[in-house]
Amino acid sequence: MDKQFLISVQDLHTSFFTESGEVKAVNGVSFNLDPGEILGIVGESGSGKSVTAYSIMQILANTGRITGGRILYKGEDISSYSEKQMQNFRGKCCSIIFQDPMTSLNPVFTIGNQLKEAIVLHTDKKGAEATARAIELLELVGINEPHKRIKQYPFELSGGMRQRVMIAMALACEPDILIADEPTTALDVTIQAQILELITELQKKLGMAVILVTHDLGVIAGMCDNVVVMYGGRICERGTASEIFYNPKHEYTKGLLRSIPGLNNMKKKLEPILGTPINMLNLPAGCAFCTRCDAAMKICLTEVPEEVWINDDHKAACWMNVKEAFEEGGAGE
Amino acid sequence: MSTLVEVQNLKQYFPIKAGFFKTVPLKAVDDVSFTVEAGETLGLVGESGCGKTTVGRSILRLYEPTAGKVIFDGEEVTDKNINKMRRRMQMVFQDPYSSLDPRMTVEDIIGEPLDVHHLCSNRKERREKILELMSLVGLNAEHARRYAHEFSGGQRQRIGIARALAAEPRFIVCDEPVSALDVSIQAQVINMFEELQEKLGVAYLFIAHDLLVVHHISKRIAVMYLGKIVEIADADELNDHPEHPYTQSLLSAVPIPDPNITRARQRIILEGDVPSPLNMPSGCAFRTRCKYATDKCAEECPALTDRGGGHFVACWNK
Repeated sequence: MDKQFLISVQDLHTSFFTESGEVKAVNGVSFNLDPGEILGIVGESGSGKSVTAYSIMQILANTGRITGGRILYKGEDISSYSEKQMQNFRGKCCSIIFQDPMTSLNPVFTIGNQLKEAIVLHTDKKGAEATARAIELLELVGINEPHKRIKQYPFELSGGMRQRVMIAMALACEPDILIADEPTTALDVTIQAQILELITELQKKLGMAVILVTHDLGVIAGMCDNVVVMYGGRICERGTASEIFYNPKHEYTKGLLRSIPGLNNMKKKLEPILGTPINMLNLPAGCAFCTRCDAAMKICLTEVPEEVWINDDHKAACWMNVKEAFEEGGAGE
Repeated sequence: MSTLVEVQNLKQYFPIKAGFFKTVPLKAVDDVSFTVEAGETLGLVGESGCGKTTVGRSILRLYEPTAGKVIFDGEEVTDKNINKMRRRMQMVFQDPYSSLDPRMTVEDIIGEPLDVHHLCSNRKERREKILELMSLVGLNAEHARRYAHEFSGGQRQRIGIARALAAEPRFIVCDEPVSALDVSIQAQVINMFEELQEKLGVAYLFIAHDLLVVHHISKRIAVMYLGKIVEIADADELNDHPEHPYTQSLLSAVPIPDPNITRARQRIILEGDVPSPLNMPSGCAFRTRCKYATDKCAEECPALTDRGGGHFVACWNK
């Protein structure tokens, strides 16, 4: 069983060292990504979903550091990469697009200039060739009149257009993996639909893998093959999209699904998750969700639950499942 | 039920500098009319820049409307009586971080409307009233002397709601009150809005861009596009039988948290972006992105017409 994954994250720990202490943003996250897979990472703000993505790209803020675990790209540990190799990795192997297309483009350079920078740095194309490639990329992401756009500045484009430019830039060297960190949160619904459609289309066309980081369960439902649910820097549940939505086994996932308005609970009252999101400076000793969980037991307060298999496509880290399995086992004896 | 708020042909133009001496009007809200019944929730949806927030602010005269009337409980809202009117009409803002004064304690924030409208005769009464409001929105009375920065986003939004309720209004404009909150906190605040309505009979104009949230909380929904209402109907009717092409594509674009439904659904992807409100297309504003557009759409702007059962649509072809 030594299958080689495109990306394999193993027991990743990432901390930020701030004035008020160490913030353990990611606490032992592991997952694998197959070529051509769309993986969704869902969680609320502060759950560590973006930090996981940034750790893969090694673009953490100055105060942040990976304190444990490994990230393997096609079996190679990327922490052994030199800065030069890492630069090559970013762009050629793995690219990222960010939430806010307004701030991730440089306002003083034209679109073409910024696109060409990526092309010149990562490929051997130069000058007119690079310009031709930039135009080709803009066409690929569905921007009309690319010859004109290439001379424009970011402020002349709308939000949706800018996100398209960001995607074009990320695809400049045809990476194996595209990480999309909340790619549509800043956009309107109809524009969001356009961008999600574009990402799905490009994924099919280019055969790349996509890691989609978002807080929107609706976006996940529409796009992802597999889903990872994060809370408090840990993975609480993972599985195929249909397992997560129709057979949730972690109290947090269950609560989340009950608390959002969908089509089948329009007439009913929403059932909110009580309490407030956890303070990452002060994590509980046990399960991170225990303070807000209705079903919390004694063990939840003191010990972190292990992930257990629910079925072949589904794992959850909740003591409730251990208890149920134990009770069933006990009844069977 | 009786009509509480009646908005008639409201127009809100903002002058934009187009040269040294020249200005052009930006038509943020262009001829909008609707009514809100006592104790009901009217949802107002649309994309950013469509003028939905401006409608809310113009009703409360945070902006001076260019034209049109707002009639509250049979009385026209004017500059003269607006202070009195604001006792009965209040607002909850989108951003719970910037809408509370960082130098005031919670007690003072909630107490300010009481002071402005002289609703309490002495300090003891004021204090009791404040504590009552705090418990109404689920805040701990011990926190009355704390400052806004000590609270989380969801709790701050509760403070904002308590402030809006302080003067015992009959109508509250809620401008994207949950969009800045985490998913798990949104449900708490939505439920609270619903409970307060049951308890106090207050009417809401609920402005949001999240259609699922609006559908959940509203009795009726109005859809805006570039300063105009294009469709208005009962919430379920709008969701099941949208008539306007814009509403149809808006609904089909909403990501529904259910893989089977979302994937089976035919999405209508709109081409292009919303036109600039400074450079509006002639006739129907939506025609540049509409697949049914004809010559007539370019010539004349369709009016909202009744299609039966209180379902109003502004479209030539539907």
